[in-house]
Amino acid sequence: MSPHLQLIAAEFRRQSTYRLALAAGVCTNGIFGLIRAGVLLAAVEGAGGTAGGYDARTALLYVLWGQALLGAIPMWGWNEIADRVRTGEIAVDLARPIDLQVYWWFRDLGRAAMQFLGRGLPILVLGSILLRVAPPAEPLVYLAGLVGLLLGLGINYLCRYALNLISFWTVETQGFQILYMVLVSLLTGFTVPVHLFPDWLKAIAEASPFPSMYQYPVDLISGRTIGAEVWSILGLQLLWLAILLVGTRVMTRLGTRRLVIQGG
Amino acid sequence: MTIIETEDLSREFIVRRKTGRFSRTKQVVAAVDRISCTVSEGESVGYIGANGAGKSTTIKMITGILVPSSGRVTTCGLHPVEQRKALARQIGVVFGQRTQLWWDLPLRESFTILGAIHRLGRQAASDRIDQLIAELDLEGFLDTPVRQLSLGQRMRGEVAAALVHRPRLLILDEPTIGLDMISKERLRQFLLTERAERGTTLLLTTHDMGDIERLCERVLVVDRGRIVHDGPLAELRRTVALDRTVVIDYADPQPPHDIADTERVGYEVDGLRQSYRFHPERTTAAKVLAEASRLGEVRDLTLREPAIEDIVRTLYGRAR
Repeated sequence: MSPHLQLIAAEFRRQSTYRLALAAGVCTNGIFGLIRAGVLLAAVEGAGGTAGGYDARTALLYVLWGQALLGAIPMWGWNEIADRVRTGEIAVDLARPIDLQVYWWFRDLGRAAMQFLGRGLPILVLGSILLRVAPPAEPLVYLAGLVGLLLGLGINYLCRYALNLISFWTVETQGFQILYMVLVSLLTGFTVPVHLFPDWLKAIAEASPFPSMYQYPVDLISGRTIGAEVWSILGLQLLWLAILLVGTRVMTRLGTRRLVIQGG
Repeated sequence: MTIIETEDLSREFIVRRKTGRFSRTKQVVAAVDRISCTVSEGESVGYIGANGAGKSTTIKMITGILVPSSGRVTTCGLHPVEQRKALARQIGVVFGQRTQLWWDLPLRESFTILGAIHRLGRQAASDRIDQLIAELDLEGFLDTPVRQLSLGQRMRGEVAAALVHRPRLLILDEPTIGLDMISKERLRQFLLTERAERGTTLLLTTHDMGDIERLCERVLVVDRGRIVHDGPLAELRRTVALDRTVVIDYADPQPPHDIADTERVGYEVDGLRQSYRFHPERTTAAKVLAEASRLGEVRDLTLREPAIEDIVRTLYGRAR
């Protein structure tokens, strides 16, 4: 097997060893999803049936997909690499014939796959039944959605990876983690859809990569974004992916040069 | 053929020290200070020194995970930092305090993943893995998640993981730390076999003189970032006393006993406790114990190995 497939498979299996945690995740995401659905529905109804282009059905689809993707495309920080820098375990990763960024990227794909199957699918199925929401019928929506989700996951990974790389300079990244969480939960459109933002906030969000990792892919897969706009969204995601890729390459190169491996 | 070459290799760290409530002063500490040495292919070298002497820092620079402040290092003909990935294919590293195994997965899977990362090919990987499993006796816990292994089992797993890709150079940083006597001996025996069969070059740091005496032909002693001794083990033996001391607790008071090939260095509590110093080439702890047991009932025994710190102190005194 190629090293990349092997890393995906290994991380997939690693994630699946904690089954109880997965079940707890489904439960939490489910309950939280019901609350979010309730709040958003109330907002839509209060606005007279539509708000920011959402009606009751599309608002529910947004929440449903949002909750289902939460495991695969996390809306919080990540400190696995930063932790390894703090303890010096990073030495082990660097002493392997594989690039640090590539190594963790493929592990992240395995993680996302397991999280989607173990946490996302049950939520999609249960949620559709419980909320009685009809999914979009056009097959092309799912094709565009899948591409959008993969790009979104890549953008999400690169942002989290960059966050971890900060530890090459500072060792401790707690403050950056908190800042990242605040930015992500707000600007991705996870807490409130970007379409409902006041204009000034919408402008800030749209100038950042954050909606590309969450709002836009959810728009694609729930059938909100259709037609020619699909291409401009995918193009925008691709652009962000490229920018982040270049940025993190430079960071990786500079960081490994100045990194001091902690501990004897 | 030269496998490691360093020339005036140095690494400095900036240590910030608290000097008052708000003030801190910067201090530059040379962890490795102009080390020049060469290791030839096939050698087995012990790299010893007290804590903080600069051993791990040197290892990090040799493997390319730490950039030197100045000087030059070449490993397997490569520039370690620039060609870190290419170098990683040729060397195996065991960091005794860290793990390269997948913590949550069965031990066997770590070997499979490493085989893939090193792009060994299915057949080559499984042949090599089977061989390591047999030689390191890993069969019994291959399907156990790594986090559930004992330290001794895990260390054998770590050594196997470092050798999956048949490296030319094996670097071991404190491989036997925390292991019991039997686990240590097992590991040493394996390393001797591996070297005899494949001619793998060995560089190890340790605090255990037993490791050095069993595994190394040559010893480098480092102190405060500088090499204070470089020579064959036999020469080190002549330079410093590598004597051991056996402390024997008898069940009842005994007159002073003398034991062949040892020197009695202690007589306490009316002979309840008597200590004997001996040179490991002249007799063994087992022989001393057998002799002592003949003279009286032995209740307890402790073996004191020469401390690396003492050896360094002796050598450093001479170097000055």
